[in-house]
Parts: sequence; C-alpha cells; structure tokens
Amino acid sequence: MTKQMIQQLAVFLVLCCFPLTVFAHMRGSASPTVATALIAPVVGPDRLAAVEQAAADAKNSADNSWMLASSALVLLMTGPGLALFYGGLVRKKNVLGTMMQSFAMMAVITVLWAIVGYSLAFGSGSSFIGGLHNIFLRGVGLQPDADYSATIPLQTYMVFQLMFAIITPALITGAFAERMKFSSMLLFLTLWSLFVYDPMAHMVWGKGGWLNASLGGRFRTLDFAGGTVVHITSGVSALVCALYLGKRLGYPKQAMPPHSVVISFIGACLLWVGWFGFNAGSALSAGSLATSAFVATHFGAAAAVVGWSGAEWVVKGKPSALGAISGCVAGLVAITPASGFVSPMSALAIGLIAGAVCFWMVTAVKSRFSYDDSLDAFGVHGAGGTVGALLTGVFASSAINPIFKNAHGDVTPSGVLEGNIHQILNQSVGVVIAWLLAAVGTLIILKIVDVAIGLRVPEEHEVQGLDLSEHGEEGYYWETSA
Amino acid sequence: MTKVEAVIQTSKLETVKTALHEIGVEGMTVLEARGHGRQKGHTEFYRGREYTVDLIPKIKLEMVLVDDMVEKTVQAIVAAARTGKIGDGKIFLTRVDDAIRIRNDERGESAL
Repeated sequence: MTKQMIQQLAVFLVLCCFPLTVFAHMRGSASPTVATALIAPVVGPDRLAAVEQAAADAKNSADNSWMLASSALVLLMTGPGLALFYGGLVRKKNVLGTMMQSFAMMAVITVLWAIVGYSLAFGSGSSFIGGLHNIFLRGVGLQPDADYSATIPLQTYMVFQLMFAIITPALITGAFAERMKFSSMLLFLTLWSLFVYDPMAHMVWGKGGWLNASLGGRFRTLDFAGGTVVHITSGVSALVCALYLGKRLGYPKQAMPPHSVVISFIGACLLWVGWFGFNAGSALSAGSLATSAFVATHFGAAAAVVGWSGAEWVVKGKPSALGAISGCVAGLVAITPASGFVSPMSALAIGLIAGAVCFWMVTAVKSRFSYDDSLDAFGVHGAGGTVGALLTGVFASSAINPIFKNAHGDVTPSGVLEGNIHQILNQSVGVVIAWLLAAVGTLIILKIVDVAIGLRVPEEHEVQGLDLSEHGEEGYYWETSA
Repeated sequence: MTKVEAVIQTSKLETVKTALHEIGVEGMTVLEARGHGRQKGHTEFYRGREYTVDLIPKIKLEMVLVDDMVEKTVQAIVAAARTGKIGDGKIFLTRVDDAIRIRNDERGESAL
C-alpha cells in the first residue's frame, strides 16, 4: 500500500461519516407524547386542536426525517456502494469505465425521473403504466398524497423512489462490464428505465397497478421494497444483455480476476448499510414497521453470508472474502421483497437459502451454461430476487404486517405458512411478469440500440480498456514521478 | 567490470541487502519481478472460477562491480538468500563494456 493510497482511503472513510450526522439530527424530533385525555377537561378546544396538530406534525417530522435519511442511504448504495463493488471486480483498465456507468445513472436517471419517469411510474394512469399528468413533477409538491404516504411530502416519496430508479439500471451494468460503449449504455438504460422499470414500478407500487398488493391490484404481489421491480427486472435483463452482447475477448480461457477485492469489499459493506434505507425506508414511516424491515434486512444479509461461505467452505475448501461479500448481497436481494412482511427468524431462513442458492447459481450453473455475466448480476439479483419473491409468499405474516383485509375489515393471512396458500400464486404471477417484461423489453431495446449505434466497443478498445477508450483516463496513475 | 543479476525470494531482500552493505557493496538497483524456474505456482478462486497463478513474485537485484569484488558478492548473496528449497533463485554474471557517472562524466571503474 503506497502512502498516497492510504491517504485516499482515509479521506474516503471520513466522507462516509457524513450520513451519520443525519441520524444525529433525527433523534431530536421524534417521540412526542400527547396526553390528550389528561388535558381535555381543563383546556379549551383551540388549545386542544393546536396540541393535536403539534402531535401530527411531530409524527410527520419523524417520518420525513427517516425517509430523507433513507433516500440518502439508497443513493449511497449506488454511489459509491455499487460503483466500488463492481469497480473492484473488473480489471484495472476498466475500473473508471465501470464506476462511471453507476455514476452516470445517478445523473441521467435523476433528470429523466424529474421530466417524465416519476409520472410514468407513480402517476395515475392504467393498470400497467402511469400517465403524463405529473410530467416535470407537476402536482408533486410538499403536501402528502395519502395513496402513497399520508405523513410525508409527496416530493419526499418522489425522491425516495428516484433512488430506486437509479440503482436498478446500474445493477444491469454488471452483465456487460468491460465491453459496452458508454454512449450505447446511456441510450439503452434510458430506454430501459422508461419502458421496463417505470411500468414494473407502476404495476407493483403505483396507483391502480395490476400487481399492487395494497392499492387494489388484480394479482396482489407482496413486494415490500423491490424484489420484483428492482432485482428480478435488472437480473433477467442482465442475462439477456450478457447473451446478446456475447462474451468478453478471451473469456473463459484468459484469467480475469478482480483487480481489487478490497475495493469490492468496501462497496459491499456500503451496500449492506445502505440497504437499511432501501428496505426499512420502504415502510414509508419511522414506526415499528421500519424496525421490522430493518431487523429482517440485517438478519437476511447475515444468514446469507453464512449460507454462501458455508457452501463455499465445503465445496471449495476455503471461504473466500469475495464469496462472503457476494453472499451478503445475495441475502440482501432476497430479503428485499420480504423485509416488511416476515419475522426475524423467517428472515434468517430466507437469507440462508438465498446464500446457498446464489452460490450454486454463480459457480455451477454459470460455468455449465458458460454465459459471460461478468459481475453475476443475474446470478445474484435475478436468482436472488426470484427466490426472495417466492419465499415472501411462503413466510409473509399478517402479525408483522396486516396487509390483507377482507370485506369486513378483518385481517386475513398473508403467506402460505400462515394459511394463505393462494399467495404463492400471486407471487408467481409477479415473478413471471417481471421476467417477461424484463426479457422481452430488454431484447427489443438492445436491438434498437444495436441498429442505431451499435453496442460493443471495437476489439482494440476492449483490449486497451474502457477507461482509456471511453473516458480518456486511467484509474490509477501511481507510477509517474513527482 | 561485471554485472551481477540476482533473482531472489521477496522475503530475502532485507537479509541480502544487509549482507551486501556489510561487504562494502554500495550501489544496486532493485526491481520487482515475477517469474518461475521449476517452482510450482498456486490456484486462486474467484466467484466460481479457478485461476492458476504460476508467475511468482520475485525480487531482482542488479549491480555492476569491479572484478575482484564479484566472488565475495556472489558468496554473500548465496549465504543470505539460500533456504535450501526450490524457488531460492539464481545469479547471473555478465561482462560490462563501460560505466558512466552522469553527475560528472567519470568513466570506467571509477564510475562504479
């Protein structure tokens, strides 16, 4: 480790402390206790109304501060979480190119979301897509929209969802790492965001969505934080991309080990912590459901590390660091749809299963079919998301989250183990829709971009490395003299 | 004048350097190298793929010496670098046509 590298790492770690300051501020605003009953007999109606308003405002403040913190955490997952995780896994000559793909999403998807993406995903429209009512964020102000969340400004909800819209296409970049043109990637992922992500988000979470469990969907798929919307769509799209673009030059004969497992490790840990925003933030409030999702998320991640590393230790003889962090991501993916519906013990079970299954996908299945999903976007997100979505139907419990009610308003069972065998069908519908939309949509968009501007870089550029060919830079320039 | 090139194990660098300083060798160039003779490599395992690493990290020392220092130097290097196992390395000797000191244009043995 050179002195320069140590200095850079130190600065980086200091910067990671900034999100913590948000939590420090949060502690002051929550937990109001209003003993309305005690004051009522002695105090006039005006004072009472003011106290009730203060209580409601305090709750809104608590919810909003958690949601804004969560939004920041989810953005941290893309930058630098995913950027580092993927960046470390590629060869040194492609590190910047890989990180730029994630970073470009942070910029481009934000603009797209503001102009039209939010409207398509969360505006009212049909069962399959929102409309254009909210283009340029018209109507998305600081008042809550009770359909989505009654206690936070709609803009908070919009910006929270934006962070999901950012990370989903960024995940796909893992499949075509080291060989896709930057311009083609931008065009492809812009179209993908509009025509695959926005419809899927609308169907699962938008008003009137076909799969929406709480807002009157035809098939009520339980997807708390995006197992179908984020992970299955990106994972399956990744597989299609890997197959369409073909293998990297030299794959699989040429050795292409990660140039820095250290950097991937840092990225994975940022993903783990950021995921608390992803899952617990999907509770859309700072209440006990957020706690439930937080705990489930953490347990799922931990159990998956045990699952993957355990399998690796047995099968390969040593538990690797790369395997452990991959296991953690697999668990986080699988617990994503389940996080606000399952108990902590169920979360352990889901994590353990996902860790083992994804290990098998990435080692045995990938080499048997020999497709070059460079960074295992399909093996971890596609497979983990599918496993998680189905297991959500098994383990969902109305004791954790009373999401289904009958005509009388009584709570009915959520998952299979609780007695609702039907739920596995609903989950399967969601899974199949996600697979189909992703596969077909991606294939069409790839074809369009291919015909328009091509997809892969020319061979000489692939050999030279994308950092130089696409960005004119080198990631590490340590050999120059002073 | 003779050039002494020694390929040694990375863990032996400090020992060899100390031994050379003790016998009065003052100038040397140290390079990081990778290579193998008959030494086998090892396998590494990343996400389901096995990689055989058979280019092992080594240290290469280069020095140009007056001829009557050469044998002492070779023996010092051998004594400091030897472990008795495959992978200890090798020393090569070649004749040098000339040496020039950049600072003041000195040539020949006085430039060493």
